[in-house]
Amino acid sequence: MNSQNSNLAGVPHTHPAGVCQIRAENIHKRFGNLEVLKGVSLTVNKGEVVVIMGPSGSGKTTFIRCLNFLEEPDQGQVMVCNLDVACGLRVASRERSSKIRQLRVKAAMVFQSFNLYPHMTALGNVIEGPIQVLGMRRDEAVKSGEQLLAKVGLADKRDEHPSRLSGGQKQRVAIARALAMNPEVVLFDEPTSALDPELHEEVLQTMRQLAGDGMTMIVVTHEVKFAHEVADRVVFMADGVVVEEGLPQEILVNPQHPRTRSFLRLVDH
Amino acid sequence: MLELLQRAAPFLLQALWMTVWLGLVSFILSLMVGFVVAVARMYGPWPLRFPAIAFVSLIRGTPLLTQILLVYYGLPQLGFTIEAIPAVILTLALHAGAYTSEDIRGGIQSVDKGQWEAGYSSGMTFAQVLRRIVAPQAVRVITPSLGNRFITMMKDTSLASVVTVVELTRVAEQIGSASFRYMQMFVIVAVIYWVINSLLSLGQAKLEERMRRAYR
Repeated sequence: MNSQNSNLAGVPHTHPAGVCQIRAENIHKRFGNLEVLKGVSLTVNKGEVVVIMGPSGSGKTTFIRCLNFLEEPDQGQVMVCNLDVACGLRVASRERSSKIRQLRVKAAMVFQSFNLYPHMTALGNVIEGPIQVLGMRRDEAVKSGEQLLAKVGLADKRDEHPSRLSGGQKQRVAIARALAMNPEVVLFDEPTSALDPELHEEVLQTMRQLAGDGMTMIVVTHEVKFAHEVADRVVFMADGVVVEEGLPQEILVNPQHPRTRSFLRLVDH
Repeated sequence: MLELLQRAAPFLLQALWMTVWLGLVSFILSLMVGFVVAVARMYGPWPLRFPAIAFVSLIRGTPLLTQILLVYYGLPQLGFTIEAIPAVILTLALHAGAYTSEDIRGGIQSVDKGQWEAGYSSGMTFAQVLRRIVAPQAVRVITPSLGNRFITMMKDTSLASVVTVVELTRVAEQIGSASFRYMQMFVIVAVIYWVINSLLSLGQAKLEERMRRAYR
């Protein structure tokens, strides 16, 4: 069934102890009669940037949402560092929920529609998680929150509410908010898809910078150019499975699978 | 009239205090009832959800006066004797709570699903997301209807008069019957109710204005 080889890009299978790895194994997800994910596996190493592409309906967004349990997989296993959550039992236990929360802290999410908290300022958005979840002291959270806003180029927007920000600025605040949790990996779910074309670049620039800092990133996007420049590995999904995976120059320039080829013809690059 | 007012003033003042106190306490309790019922109905397991739905349906489907009479005169027959004032507060709180729960439910549901996801994805618990993210946004949506509920509550306290609670309406009735000047007494009391509720409306408008500003 699951014949996809996840060892294409010369990624070694074993890692020295203590190095954090993100691994999803044989993820299945069904919505009613529709089987959206038919056994997807992915391993991402620390510092790696993996771009997931594919036509709409391929399951890529569902997959990335499964990685921090915004969707509960029907079957499979998600591992982030030493946290290992098995799915399919559907037994909600306190222990399991707490493990999922810990896992979510390590796998921060950036959404297509930003989902900033509209009743809080930009800084309020960034420090909320650290204070509530990590139990950070307010003054510490403010200090690091200001640094993060500066990092995404929005130090001067600190006290603005999201309604006063442009789409690109909102997404950059959302990225700062994700980073504030000090995550092991940042999951991007089509971070530029809700933006006007002229605003894509500022968000992509922030993401490039993040990748340059060595952040582990999994990015669902249609931005072929970004994938080319930044990705260490491109994963191509269609119909709920990974059809092809490898270095960007392999997948984007010389795709082997007909689904990949027809898709790449359709998105401009 | 002036002489009547003078004579009635001490009683009216005491009754006014009782009315305001009844309304305020019942309203605050009704908010708690409404919140608990709304959350039970939306997120509770079915053994909680079903009673919540039945509660709202029963309360909304029966008259408040009947409910008050049932609690005050009916329950003692089953061995639960409740003093008039607590009985009225209990009934008002449950009654308004059923309506408020629907307002609160609507308010919570009006908050975008992405807000829950953002909160959850940062590792927050259900209670944290509700308290820190969703409730503050829902409150802004619900404020106008809660204001109206408060005003309704103030008027509904008049029903306490039928179970011997000495509040504005009962005082008007008592002094009216003693002096045969019902008309004057009820007009006076009606004006007092009107003033209370006008003040509340004013406060409501101010509050709504402030809430509108808070997002910017």
